[in-house]
This record gives sequence, C-alpha cells and structure tokens, in this order.
Amino acid sequence: MRPSLSILCAAIIVLLPVSGCVNRVVREALTLQPEALEQRRIQTRRFETTDEHELLTASLEVLQDLGFTVDETEPDLGLIVASKNREASSTGEMIGAFFIGAATDSEVTYNVEQRIRASVVTKGLGRSGTSVRVTFQRMVWNNLGEISANESLEEPKLYQEFFAKLSKSVLLTAFGI
Amino acid sequence: MSRWLISLVLLAILQGCSPVHEQVLDTSETQTQLQMRQVQSRTFETNDKERTMRAVIATLQDLGFVLDKADLTLGTISATKLDGYAMRMTVSVRPKGEGKMVVRANAQMNTAPVTAPAPYQSFFRALERSMFLAAHSVD
Repeated sequence: MRPSLSILCAAIIVLLPVSGCVNRVVREALTLQPEALEQRRIQTRRFETTDEHELLTASLEVLQDLGFTVDETEPDLGLIVASKNREASSTGEMIGAFFIGAATDSEVTYNVEQRIRASVVTKGLGRSGTSVRVTFQRMVWNNLGEISANESLEEPKLYQEFFAKLSKSVLLTAFGI
Repeated sequence: MSRWLISLVLLAILQGCSPVHEQVLDTSETQTQLQMRQVQSRTFETNDKERTMRAVIATLQDLGFVLDKADLTLGTISATKLDGYAMRMTVSVRPKGEGKMVVRANAQMNTAPVTAPAPYQSFFRALERSMFLAAHSVD
C-alpha cells in the first residue's frame, strides 16, 4: 500500500505543475500581449484606394506571384487565405544532422518539408482609404514525419517585401495589367 | 476456454471503443452543455453582423492567429495559431432578436479541447476592445 501511495503522490506532484503550465499557455494564447500593437503596425499598410475589392484582387495577385495557392476567399469580409508547401532542408543542416547522428549513435533527423500559410485581411477606413493586414505562419516536418517547428513568422523584412510587391501590384491592377 | 477468449476479445473491443466515443462527443463530467455554452458565448449590443465579424477577424490577428476560413452568410470564422503549439479556434456570430449579436468561440490546444473559462474571458476582453462595446454574458 505504502509504495503505491508514494507513487501516486509523486505523480500528483509531477503532474500538477505540468497541468498548471498548460493552462497558463492556453490563457496566454488568447490574451493580448504588449507587443501586439507593434506586430499590427509591421503587418499592416494603408492604401489610398477606397475600393476594397480592388485591393483584395491586387493582394491575390501578389500571393500568386509568391507561389501561394488560394485555400479560401470571402470578399464580403475582405479575406484571402493561401498556402504553399516547400522543401525545408538545407545541405548544411543535413550534413550537420548526419554527423551528430553518427557521433551520438542516435537517429538522424533533419527538416524535410514546410507548409507556409498566409492570411490577407482588408478593411475599409472610410475616406482615408483601405488597410491590408497580412500574417504568415509555418509548420515544418522532419524526415521522420514529425512536426519539428510550429511558428508565426514575425521577421519585419518579410512584411516590408510583401508590401513593396503589393504597392506595385496595386499600380498594375489599376492599369489593368 | 474459448468462451473466455471470446469475452476477453469483446472486452478489449469495448474498452477500445469507449475513448473514441468520448472523444467524438467530448463528454465532460464537470461541465454541462449549457455551462459550456455560457463559458464560450457573449452578447454584444449591435445589429451589425459584418462589423462584428470583422472585429473578430481583427482580434484573432492581434492574438497572432492566421485565418483558415470565414463565411459571412453562416457567420463562422476559423483560425490557427502556431507558437510551438497549434491552437485552432472557431468563432460564430449570429443575430439574436433586435439589436443583439451572440458571439461564440470554441478552441482546441493541440489535441485537447479548451474548457476552462479563463482563456475565453481573455479572448472576449480582447474582442471588446476591438468592438468598442461591452460583452455581456448570455442568459
């Protein structure tokens, strides 16, 4: 009786902080973080046009320029969702993984494939134009078919380049090209 | 002997079935269906379904979600957040009587449903800020 009781106590002591930790992560996932405002600034641009559909079309063209395929659109809410699958391995990473695997006698793992997702949301701002907000995220799989990374892409340069392309696209769309 | 074997196999099958049943229906011993709805729903005093849905989309983006789909007719929005974990969420918006909109959210974290009230409270606090309106509990 005594050993099983101590095992139970140990399990409770180990599991309590784990469940508390999961609850905290879940709550934080749905709580506005202080950096949310800065993220919004990086991911949003305002355009002069008041034609929301035209801006949505220009965004669609940019996503196609970037090799995305469209998964979902809802023009009435100003939404486009797109994704693409790409290779995620680099030769350097594979060689590194091989040597680590050989040295430690463990299974070699390296990234193989990634799925990059993007959602574009437009919003009418009345006479001051229309805003576009884009967000990117990716999932990465390794050679064992396991998910090795699951992340939002927050690099500001990524967004700057997307909007540079969108500015061009808006002009091209305006001229009907 | 064979009877024993058959009953053992049957028992194993039954044992195997019950978790699937529980997972499909997500039966909770601590919360009733009504309690769950109350935790996941709020009403806003507005007639404007489109504006409410656009505010939900903006809130999800502020929280770091990438949208999966949205449908103005049915009033549904789904989104995914990846941050070392995968959180999926569906938010539905439907008019309730004159001048009221019910917003309901349900989320899953990796492979588990989110049932605790606190995460939903946080979500609706963020939505209130985006709506410039107070969220009321559903009666």
